[in-house]
Amino acid sequence: MLKALFHILIFPGLSFLFVFGFFAEYVDRKLYARLQNRIGPPWFQPLADFIKLISKQEIIPEEADNNVFKLMPLLALAASSVAILYIPISGERSVFSFNGDVIVVLYLLTIPTFAYFLGGWYSRSVYSMIGAVRSLTQLFAYEVPLFLCILASAMLADTWSLSGIAAFYNQHIGYWFCNIIGFVVALICLLGKLEKVPFDIPEAETEIVAGSFTEYNGRLLAFIRMSFNVEMVVGASLLAAVFLPFGLNLAPAGVLICYLIQVLIIIVAISFLRTLFARLRLDQMINFCWKYLAPLAFLQVLFNLTLKVVLPR
Amino acid sequence: MHDVHDFEDVKIPIGPQHPALKEPESFLISLRGEKITASSVRLGYNHRGIEKACEERTYTQGLYLIERICGICSHSHSTCFVQAVEEIAGIEITARAKYLRTLIGELERIHSHLLWLGVAGHEIGFDTLLMYTWRDREVVMDLLATLTGNRVNYGINTVGGVRRDISHKQKEEVLKAIDILEERTKYYIDLAKGETTLIKRLQGVGVLSHEDAEKLDAVGPTARASGIERDVRKDDPYAAYGELDFKVISVNSCDVYGRTLVRLGELMESFSLVRQVIRKIPDGSILVKSARKVPAGEAVSRYEAPRGEDLHYVRANGTEKPDRVKVRAPTLANIQSVSKMLEDRYLADMPIVIAAIDPCFSCTDRLVAVRDTKNKGSNTVVWETIRLQGIEWYKNKGIDFTSLNEKLTKLS
Repeated sequence: MLKALFHILIFPGLSFLFVFGFFAEYVDRKLYARLQNRIGPPWFQPLADFIKLISKQEIIPEEADNNVFKLMPLLALAASSVAILYIPISGERSVFSFNGDVIVVLYLLTIPTFAYFLGGWYSRSVYSMIGAVRSLTQLFAYEVPLFLCILASAMLADTWSLSGIAAFYNQHIGYWFCNIIGFVVALICLLGKLEKVPFDIPEAETEIVAGSFTEYNGRLLAFIRMSFNVEMVVGASLLAAVFLPFGLNLAPAGVLICYLIQVLIIIVAISFLRTLFARLRLDQMINFCWKYLAPLAFLQVLFNLTLKVVLPR
Repeated sequence: MHDVHDFEDVKIPIGPQHPALKEPESFLISLRGEKITASSVRLGYNHRGIEKACEERTYTQGLYLIERICGICSHSHSTCFVQAVEEIAGIEITARAKYLRTLIGELERIHSHLLWLGVAGHEIGFDTLLMYTWRDREVVMDLLATLTGNRVNYGINTVGGVRRDISHKQKEEVLKAIDILEERTKYYIDLAKGETTLIKRLQGVGVLSHEDAEKLDAVGPTARASGIERDVRKDDPYAAYGELDFKVISVNSCDVYGRTLVRLGELMESFSLVRQVIRKIPDGSILVKSARKVPAGEAVSRYEAPRGEDLHYVRANGTEKPDRVKVRAPTLANIQSVSKMLEDRYLADMPIVIAAIDPCFSCTDRLVAVRDTKNKGSNTVVWETIRLQGIEWYKNKGIDFTSLNEKLTKLS
């Protein structure tokens, strides 16, 4: 019981996620700024922003649905935080590992997008509603390739548990390179999930102010931002566990350091990618996802199926 | 359900306050899904009464006020105004003054076009481009500050010439800065021709056909991107442009991408123009003395501002104050074409289509029409009536200047 509480509240649960989330946000913002020839924020800026938002007065639009409006940021934060418990980060096994937890993590990572949709839709502002519809439309475009890539990786490892996948690839480093297409596709899909350039269409500032979050402020906005940070960490951890696990059989401290390095590699990749591009239009984004990402993901699935037949076990 | 939930034609207001717009202006857009079905523009949020205020000031005072019509193309407006005044007064400025006006005008064009490139990048979510171009723009801003003493409102024009001369050392500084800027601009041209997401967002967006551009009287880069080779510098040379060699850049693609290429091409032409000016600038004085009073007469002056043709009309009545000043900023000529460009486009294209004419709304706002909604129809009010109404309004508030005015008339 105490151990479970420790896992949920301290490591790898909320406290760790919050601290690492702030750190990830800092790395992302600082790197983005440096790449754009700016100085960028100091290390405590994400925390300072969070405290400032928390201490602000909360304003809820009269037209908005009070309960949904208040609940959705918390739901998004909760769902993405829970997912970390199924991802192996401190050893070969995650905290609550079972066969089939890949599905649970993917499912939990989809909930925040729905929460943003509902929160935006029930804000009853035109900008929020357009942003909400956009985030849902976008979901249908990037979710399928992302699922397929992770599925392909799981098929090669012959297990439905993330811990199993991580352990398999940790033992057979050579198999990493079989999943290279899947990794790239999943990384691009993660950009969509995190609503970052070039897929920041749902919160395109110059078109619809802040999309779903136009009406959010104060504490609720702080939770939304936090849930994005957590989502970034969890998403990166998921990709790390599936596509680049290494050092899992080291001592616990070694495992943790390896994990942090893996996640940082992915966050740095995200920052680089979002520096390079202009925001796509919704129709272009969907075209891109279905024309290029989805076929590539299918290719990965086929490739892994063939490998499974050809290669001796 | 609330009526905005109906997805048949959602009306969404862009402005007067909106992150896409840097100045207050209202666009009301009807959307079906992501498609724009109708759009309307409303001007008049930033009326400052500059034309009227000019009538209350002397020509020299008015010049500085005119300069503040626009923060970006301040030199364009002041040159345009001062050219009209000089035409009425019959002043022929020296060749050196003409070259200096040209030099500042071209440097201003460079900083305006670099600013536009950054804004365009921001509107399509390409913030890296914004940061890069605005960093490089600092080079030309610093240059303008060393030449004129100011970064935006240069205050270099005066009736009869210019106020500051250029030294030999400054000439070298200009050439050095131009080299840096040219290299950077070449990089941006490569970027505009190679970056896929940028091209995807700009190509085929905001189409204004050649015929429509003619019909709607588009000016400047907006017109030149629709294949209309119209440039006041070439058609009706002022300042030193008649003696300089340059091309009018125009493309036929009619879209936002074309407008980007036109502006990038113009940047390259401007660099060459600045170099020519530095090479050819003759010696001599920079100022011709002129009388404070300007003889009665009227003149229209045209100037190719970075955003297009700027037009000033000045009527003098023989005193030291103008009788009438009329300004037609380039944005007013281009704004009508925005509705045409937005036809059948997506909401996501709206910011870049508006930004592509390089709008300057506060320059544009010349007239406020207050409609009487109770009694339909409109009526024209003369200045004296408004003045009397104002006096009456303050009297009702307990502020009375009648006795003060009487004392003033006795004094004079």
